[in-house]
Amino acid sequence: MAKVSMTVNGKAVTGDVEPRTLLVQFLRENLRLTGTHVGCDTSQCGACVVHIDGIAAKSCTTLAVQCEGQSITTIEGLASPDGKLHPMQEAFRENHGLQCGYCTPGMIMAALDIVRRNGNSLDEHTIREQLDGNICRCTGYHNIVKAIEAGARAMAK
Amino acid sequence: MTANGIGAPVRRKEDFRFITGQGQYTDDVVRPGETRAVFVRSPHAHAKIKKIDVAAAKKMPGVVDVLTGAQLATDKVGNLICGWMIHSKDGSPMKMAPHPALAASTVNHVGDAVAVVIAETTAQGKDAAEKVVVDYEVLPAVVDPAKAQAKGAPQIHADVPNNTIYQWHLGDQKAVEAAFKAAKHVTKLDIVNNRLVPNAMEPRAALADYDAGNDSLTLWNTSQNPHVARLVISAFVGIAPEHKLRVIAPDVGGGFGSKIFIYPEEVVCLWAARKVKRPVKWTSERSEAFLTDAHGRDHITRAELALDSNGKILALRAKTIANLGAYMSTFSSSVPTYLYATLLSGQYDIPQIYCEVDAVYTNTVPVDAYRGAGRPEATFVVERLVEVAARQLGLDPTDLRKRNFIKNFPHQTPVIMAYDAGDYNASLKKAIELADVKNFGKRKRESARHGKLRGIGYSTYIEACGIAPSQAVGSLGAGVGLWESAEVRVNPTGSVEVLTGTHAHGQGHETTFAQLVSERLGIPFESVSIVHGDTDKVQFGMGTYGSRSGAVGMSAIVKALDKIEAKAKKVAGFMMEASENDIEFKDGKFTVKGTDKSVGFGDVALNAYIAHKFTGAELEPGLKETSFYDPTNFTFPAGCHICEVEIDQETGKTEIANWVAVDDFGTVINPMIVEGQVHGGIAQGVGQALLEGAVYDANGQLVTGSLMDYTMPRAHDLPSFHVGLTETKSPSNPLGIKGCGEAGAIAAPAAVINAITDALGTEDIAMPATANAVWQAMQKHPPKAA
Repeated sequence: MAKVSMTVNGKAVTGDVEPRTLLVQFLRENLRLTGTHVGCDTSQCGACVVHIDGIAAKSCTTLAVQCEGQSITTIEGLASPDGKLHPMQEAFRENHGLQCGYCTPGMIMAALDIVRRNGNSLDEHTIREQLDGNICRCTGYHNIVKAIEAGARAMAK
Repeated sequence: MTANGIGAPVRRKEDFRFITGQGQYTDDVVRPGETRAVFVRSPHAHAKIKKIDVAAAKKMPGVVDVLTGAQLATDKVGNLICGWMIHSKDGSPMKMAPHPALAASTVNHVGDAVAVVIAETTAQGKDAAEKVVVDYEVLPAVVDPAKAQAKGAPQIHADVPNNTIYQWHLGDQKAVEAAFKAAKHVTKLDIVNNRLVPNAMEPRAALADYDAGNDSLTLWNTSQNPHVARLVISAFVGIAPEHKLRVIAPDVGGGFGSKIFIYPEEVVCLWAARKVKRPVKWTSERSEAFLTDAHGRDHITRAELALDSNGKILALRAKTIANLGAYMSTFSSSVPTYLYATLLSGQYDIPQIYCEVDAVYTNTVPVDAYRGAGRPEATFVVERLVEVAARQLGLDPTDLRKRNFIKNFPHQTPVIMAYDAGDYNASLKKAIELADVKNFGKRKRESARHGKLRGIGYSTYIEACGIAPSQAVGSLGAGVGLWESAEVRVNPTGSVEVLTGTHAHGQGHETTFAQLVSERLGIPFESVSIVHGDTDKVQFGMGTYGSRSGAVGMSAIVKALDKIEAKAKKVAGFMMEASENDIEFKDGKFTVKGTDKSVGFGDVALNAYIAHKFTGAELEPGLKETSFYDPTNFTFPAGCHICEVEIDQETGKTEIANWVAVDDFGTVINPMIVEGQVHGGIAQGVGQALLEGAVYDANGQLVTGSLMDYTMPRAHDLPSFHVGLTETKSPSNPLGIKGCGEAGAIAAPAAVINAITDALGTEDIAMPATANAVWQAMQKHPPKAA
């Protein structure tokens, strides 16, 4: 077993894990943060996207021990402590950017990274190209694209 | 209409938990002392199991037990079943081969489970599964449905000669032959409806918990229909009697049909939980899902259309081979028969139709309903035939359609269905306007200037939804009734819970059903909760598939609300000392006719429970009503989708330049949700047409066995869609709803392929029309310059 410590959603956490434990397993099973999902086993679907030191990463392809000392943000850590939703969360609800909800946490975390890299004024083409690492089977992406465009704009306010 | 009532684009109640990571999917549920199940699966498509040695696996760290098919048989766990009886044209019943949850003697597809390791962790289970030694005698496999019935083909199941499950037909063969003889023109097409993998984003999962004190079992399961799962697992598999088995389908991450069925894994988890006396959880990995989730489509069809000299359709005939895979999945038999051939009339007045279907076993994953289920296959046959016929006759494809549209309702087709309402011209006309068809020529010339080919394709589809009138489907072989149930519980404080037998896995029932209740009872939308997916809470239900939840599920709620209103009027009558016949109910208020005396809904609810204003002899206290609603007919959503494509001649890549969908779903409760359903359906249909295809090699290995190999549509593969509505109400249910969940997937493939073939000038292209396939087609049939 290996000892690992990191910050998750602003809180210091530690755990004893098998070295092969993936970050997503550590989050879901050790910390019971089940908002981060596993949709595939080939790093294709993006349901597991979290932020590691502010940058989007697929937690299904990251070992927990690789994150020693790093700061992780998951979907559970986005809203303000007072419960106010992040503008990107709000935009997904307002634009019906989700149906079954399974890909949604990864979509929102990836969307924030698209904004980080491309700014708050996003065109449809950019959003569609940048969403390459996330699969949704329900929405046909139409409303996800709208949500990200609106969420990005709202974040600038 | 109230602000949150019928017709309002209300934002969804369920979204808060999903956007904050608080959804509760099956894998998120944890039971104390829970173990993990890891399955040992066949690497061969067809083999005899000579011996299984689990001794080494049992000694591995963290292993609780290792169980095999032989033990399952010893414990007399029953086989999985197909619940829809189909008879062949000679009257013989379909040949359903045994489907044990763990194979004991023979494996019949790659991924067939032979043993299960129960371990403390998944990682330990996987390590131990590696140590299970299975001695196989590999047998020759048959994977191509076209070859399954051939002389000398490997025989998969004993007592199923030629791997033929049934040879079914529908329609008047002689009349069709006569019509073809008299026809001026005949259009013929050979069609392969490609095999698809559903790939709901949440992989299937099951968690079984045994309560030894009460000898009862609870199963958390990724199910679209938990009551049906409980019924089948009790009555046929025999794991536990119905009253000792609770099935909970919590949040479910998409289904598209694939989570209707009763699968081996949930049976094994239940069986194992009782054996090891600890909770047992299994969560599929994606690659495992490719090998075990029921696939969709997989038809090979020869189709012909007979027309007279005026372009009037005289008859249609089709001969289809349907691949059902290695075992008959839960509803597999109905998909290529009563969900397929009954829709071969499309939107057209076709006097005669004849369809023959041979269903065959192959050494592949079972095939069952996938979004649309039979109706996309029928639509593809009809809409390709009509488009090609128009081209051959030199007619505008919309003109040929208009000449043949059904215009008078009700309309009895020659293939069972009686269409009750529709206006096919209206949706075509609106779609043509939205798609700016009149300027297509200009756009085509513009594309040509950039060296690209442009094409336009139509799909005027119809589907039968609102599944289904129980007596009708019973006469066609269904093993169950397809009504729906609802219970409306009004609480003493006036808030309301609705318990529904439907199940939402993305459709937003918690919102739309609450809109209905809010409007009907005049209470705030926020005061209504929808409860579903738990057999201990909901009295019974048939679940969600076949676009049935609105048309059937909400109709059951309407019936229960009728009873609530009737009883509440009695309570109000006692409260205001008036006859119940003099009470009017409107906007949440009960008023004595012709007076200003009134009481609010909340007051009536409270009085129903405190029961101070009436005696028990006069009225039972309480305000809770139930209903079982059985529809009187199917519903017939229909519409027109127009796809415009641009093809790069250098690469063969097809880009969807524009998509217009105009659908008639009858009454729309929440247009935002309905549009979302259309978007998602189109995406799956475009996926089938351009990208997706399950490929097996000749030995039965699934070549497209992961998301690295099987192309799912991504955001950059699709455009934004232009969605419009027309409306003719369904006369077959109280709300006039037709259903919207499958329309996009049904309409889209034909629209895409009609557009691509229009651009290329050849009909010689199969799905998926990948860049490679299109490029090959262009080499074979060089396109003419525009």
